[in-house]
Amino acid sequence: AMAGRGRGRGRGQMTFNVEAVGIGKGDALPPPTLQPSPLFPALERRAAPLPGGEEGEYMLALKQELRRAMRGLPYFVKPGAPRRDIERYSDKYQLSNPVDSAIDWNPDWRRLPRELKVRVRRLRTGGTAPLIPKQRISLDKEEAIKKLESLEKKEEEVTSEEEEEKEEEEEGKEEEEEEYDEEEHEEETDYVLSYFDNGESFGPDSDDNGDEAVY
Amino acid sequence: MTQAELRLCSLLLQEHFGEIVEKVGNSLLRTGPRPLRLLVGDTGLLVDQVKKALCVLIQHNLVRYEVQPRGSVEYEARSERILRILRYPRYIYTAKTLYGDPGELLVEELLLHGHLPMSSVVARVADRLTETMEDGKTMDYVEVSSTFARLADTHFIQRCPIVPDIPRSAKAPPPAAPALAIAEKDMYIVPRLSLVGKGKRRHSCDEEEEGEHKAKRQKQEGASSETPPDDGIYWQVNLERFHQHFRDQALVSAVASRTDQTSSEVVRTMLRMSEVTTASGASHTQPLSSNEIFRSLPAGYNIGKQVLDQYLALLADDPLEFVGKSGDSGGGTYTVKVTRGPRASWTPLSPFPHPSLIPPLPHRFGSRCARIFRLLLRKKHLEQKQVEDFAMIPAKEAKDMLYRMLSENLVSLQEIPKTPDHAPSRTFYLYTVNVMAAARMLLHRCYKSVANLMERRQHEMRENKRLLEKSQRVEAILASMQATGAEAAQLHEVEEMITGPERQQLETLKRNVNKIDASENQVDETIFVLESFIESTTKRP
Repeated sequence: AMAGRGRGRGRGQMTFNVEAVGIGKGDALPPPTLQPSPLFPALERRAAPLPGGEEGEYMLALKQELRRAMRGLPYFVKPGAPRRDIERYSDKYQLSNPVDSAIDWNPDWRRLPRELKVRVRRLRTGGTAPLIPKQRISLDKEEAIKKLESLEKKEEEVTSEEEEEKEEEEEGKEEEEEEYDEEEHEEETDYVLSYFDNGESFGPDSDDNGDEAVY
Repeated sequence: MTQAELRLCSLLLQEHFGEIVEKVGNSLLRTGPRPLRLLVGDTGLLVDQVKKALCVLIQHNLVRYEVQPRGSVEYEARSERILRILRYPRYIYTAKTLYGDPGELLVEELLLHGHLPMSSVVARVADRLTETMEDGKTMDYVEVSSTFARLADTHFIQRCPIVPDIPRSAKAPPPAAPALAIAEKDMYIVPRLSLVGKGKRRHSCDEEEEGEHKAKRQKQEGASSETPPDDGIYWQVNLERFHQHFRDQALVSAVASRTDQTSSEVVRTMLRMSEVTTASGASHTQPLSSNEIFRSLPAGYNIGKQVLDQYLALLADDPLEFVGKSGDSGGGTYTVKVTRGPRASWTPLSPFPHPSLIPPLPHRFGSRCARIFRLLLRKKHLEQKQVEDFAMIPAKEAKDMLYRMLSENLVSLQEIPKTPDHAPSRTFYLYTVNVMAAARMLLHRCYKSVANLMERRQHEMRENKRLLEKSQRVEAILASMQATGAEAAQLHEVEEMITGPERQQLETLKRNVNKIDASENQVDETIFVLESFIESTTKRP
């Protein structure tokens, strides 16, 4: 106890010898902090540049492609479309929406707890849509960049085609009223369904996790 | 689990599987293993939604289940495994470097779907490869199958545990959940399938009606109702094996930077020979005789046997102890030390498994701080004055740096009393680096960093949502116009729908998103090193 006294007049008393850590006699300690640290503190020095190179570019493209691909797979579980208040003409042309009570792929139920079994909705593609294939032959940097650009274009091409091909076969008597034979209806219209906008995305009941652009 | 890890797991689940799966995963991560009904209550989701989410999570090995003694099933999230989603690009890229395009796509498909039967994944990959080939050419299943077999032989992919074949009596009720199991020895056996076929193109026909119907028919044939020959046998990626590969790579490059190319090739050869015989937690490889090593050197390496022996001796003598001599038979037997024992010395050149704790430092604290840090690693304990002297940094600056590192827990103070009364004036105060604490702190920071990066990236996308959607619509219109043979002028008109400033904005967005994504990859590399280091150090023999 004695050791602490008489040391460091005019500043706080510490349990250890402040001189040992280099605070000389008479040095002022920094003032106490009275507020939480800033959310975006000033950067003292710039971050080091990212390592570039083929490997980095390729892994970047892979990462973005994976993200895009996974959003399109049935493992990306979306909430079922809310029931419409009124039946609308445009409903006939809406592509099939996710449905809460059915699963869009076919798990091997033998490997899962029995309590998890959900009705499987049979999509024509047999469960999981095949992945949009990518050209990935060389690791050339230029190609990687071109690839990034063409990825966007290709996705658009194939998505619109894919949606035209997608249809539901009526199977079993358990079908919900929301499911219908799209093929029949699709051939009746010349419109490209992928950009049919019935104006409902404006306003309070717009779906926030609707088709989001993915980079 | 720390908050940082939880947050990161949440973001990863949400980004790859959506919010419903995220909610379920979150509930399991935060509150621990629970049964279905509690999950439904917790998350406020519909029962079917929770069931679907669990199916997805189990399919991807992110959640496991266990039948409780009372008969109910409990689900448990595998947080560590969820974090590995961040590393998927690295696994896929590595497969590409080792086994080319088929290898790359095989690993990718397995990661995307969690697990698949061999017949299924081979067909998918053949189809995808066929798409990239010239018109008229197709990828044969045989080539894809053989790459699959190589991946299995080198343990990069493995069989999933299987449903037990228990004959059940008619009276006994079926179990609530199957008890899946597999013996280690069976994990890598490739089923003898005669997978015959070639990849199919999706757009093999033009937009003729007939063509479309033909394609539809083909698809239906593909999704046949007959059971595949390898029914019930599923394959998954063996992440641990990839991690072993990354460690080997780091070791080889550490040897190369410390000595020379040839030494690193010798070590690489030794590691390659031991690939499948080294257990995943082992501290060193099985002993290899120098004769065996000599025979296994890559074709291009024309070093004589004596020269090899000299290299081996040098490597064994090196204080960094990459290689140890274990015996004299067969010209001398050697092992590669994969992890370090507690007596290994620390040096600034320490590569993995002495991770470079140093790289993050200069960028945050400055190169002088890094110098002090390296010094403390080397000398272990130093007084304030000694730090100033050895590092050749003026007292005031050194003080400042030490305090900053002290406040961040990168260094700590140790008291060594000279007298029994512990009087401060008669006590040594020594600075030291507590490596494990520092590693853990940095790792925690890394998790936080990636989570922040992801949030920022999502924010950028949300801010530009309308513009991105507009851009996509324009692309779609352009694509369909091109397909129907529109003129250049018409195309140009449509392109103009995106104004100059908007194009600029899109460019900036793309640049930023790319930078953030690349940073996430970068941080995961550091996460790997730190996690491996912590794991190997806590597992003392």
